Amino acid sequence: MTTTQVAAEHHPVPRPRDGAPRRLSSFLTSHPRTRLALLLTAPLFWLVIVYIVALALLLVTAFWTVDSFTGEISTEWTLDNIITVLTGSLYQTVTLRTLGVALMVTLIDVALALPIAFYMAKVASPRAQRILLIAVLMPLWASYLVKAYAWRSVLSQDGILEWLLAPLGLSTPGYGLTATIITLSYLWLPYVILPIYAGLERVPDSLLEASADLGGRTWRTLGSVVLPLIYPAVIAGTIFSFSLSLGDYITVNIVGGASQMLGNLVYTNVGAANNLPLAAAIALIPIVIIFGYLAIVRRTGALNNL
Amino acid sequence: MRLSRTARLVLAAVTGLILVVIYVPLVVVLVNSFSTSTSLTWPPPGFTLEWWVRAFESTGAREAVLTSVQVAIIATVISLMLGTLISIALQRFDFFGRDAISLLIILPIALPGIITGIALNNFFRTIMGIPLSIWTVVIAHATFCIVTVFNNVIARLRRTGTSLEEASADLGAGLWTTFRLVTFPQLRSALLAGGLLAFALSFDEIIVTTFTAGSGVTTLPIFILNNMFRPNQAPIVSVIAVVLVIVSIVPIYLAQRLSGSEQQRR
Repeated sequence: MTTTQVAAEHHPVPRPRDGAPRRLSSFLTSHPRTRLALLLTAPLFWLVIVYIVALALLLVTAFWTVDSFTGEISTEWTLDNIITVLTGSLYQTVTLRTLGVALMVTLIDVALALPIAFYMAKVASPRAQRILLIAVLMPLWASYLVKAYAWRSVLSQDGILEWLLAPLGLSTPGYGLTATIITLSYLWLPYVILPIYAGLERVPDSLLEASADLGGRTWRTLGSVVLPLIYPAVIAGTIFSFSLSLGDYITVNIVGGASQMLGNLVYTNVGAANNLPLAAAIALIPIVIIFGYLAIVRRTGALNNL
Repeated sequence: MRLSRTARLVLAAVTGLILVVIYVPLVVVLVNSFSTSTSLTWPPPGFTLEWWVRAFESTGAREAVLTSVQVAIIATVISLMLGTLISIALQRFDFFGRDAISLLIILPIALPGIITGIALNNFFRTIMGIPLSIWTVVIAHATFCIVTVFNNVIARLRRTGTSLEEASADLGAGLWTTFRLVTFPQLRSALLAGGLLAFALSFDEIIVTTFTAGSGVTTLPIFILNNMFRPNQAPIVSVIAVVLVIVSIVPIYLAQRLSGSEQQRR
């Protein structure tokens, strides 16, 4: 106690200056709500104005129409675009095709992600685990475009796949729907592996041992213990592969040959056809499907695993 | 559960096979960038450095890189500021609507890019009447980059806790002084990691970019897409693709190391 007093005498702490900044600072310290409001204003302004308002207005635009002579958008309310999209056979075919592709991609990704995630989380040594995690993460950050282009190279008529398969009497699928499914599965695989791996990490080893001690064989343990526990994580992974595939149009352009997905129809109507209201109406299809999917999987608790 | 030796081997083999499939396409691009064939022929008939030289001499590619760097830097700065503010708000305060706000931050990358893209395209052109330009790309990129900064900063805030800030306040420091001398130094490496990720994310984004870029704005991914289907441009695209992978992987590696070393130190 005495030493501090001595120290204070020798080095007196300067009294804080009582200026306007100081008073503002004290005011904010005693008013946490004002502080919170100041912190939130700029980011919320940005996210709500730029994003939420834009999304809401997209919905509104779907009910407008384009004057076919002037190309100007008229803000008269009409259901024409929605009806066109719902009844047009082109839109139905493409919606079904897109949905099929998204489901196939999701199934393939889950089938591939389960064994690799299980090996990473439960079999590999801690050191191998770290290396594998990085090996899976790295391509996640390589450019989307580069990865799609890489598959264009692999699948080309003179490409490496043809070269590998020709001796076996097989040939590359070439550019088309199969190529699209392969490439999309490749693109979203890390997004599916990571949540499943995280889910498996959370399964305590003791539960697996308990199951074995009670006589559960490998498959029984996997089916009755592991799978129910990681189910939400698997669903979380499928949200990525499913929703990202639904909206894709660049991969289809690069490896899809002449096939079209919903994204292509949206893109053509924004650009070449200059019909934003129709594009907005088409974009509502994946939005509705994704929100429908999210509503279905909500109760599995998958959303907390994202 | 005891896995038999065979089961372990099968799992290891499957894992190895998947990793091979993950990396082979990227290696093919690397090799093709040195190939003398202009049509992605495998195996390459011969090797040359011609495409690397031509890619580096191409003014179009150089301008595209410059545009991408500009967009990425500005978008990163904006997302750093907004991301830091919102993470402090969500971590240090408890209030109604907090969960809704964290969902709002994730939404721009959770929804497919095409939806973000067309929503912003419609917002700028139809609703606001703003012609698309480089700035509309910056605004779009900043919106989805906020989440990477947010994730890094909020994780750091959670770990550091508030005791040092309280000590600083008890010693008489004002809010700004506390932020400058106590909070910010603790956040510095998290901001660097988040900023690097945001930069990489913006640098190779293509879908939202195609919907928000003005006609004269060519970012590097747009340049690649434009040249991919041109005859005889394939090798140059391969070169740029390799460069793009290096440009995006190096900052990610640094960001991982930053957050990794940080964790070990504590």
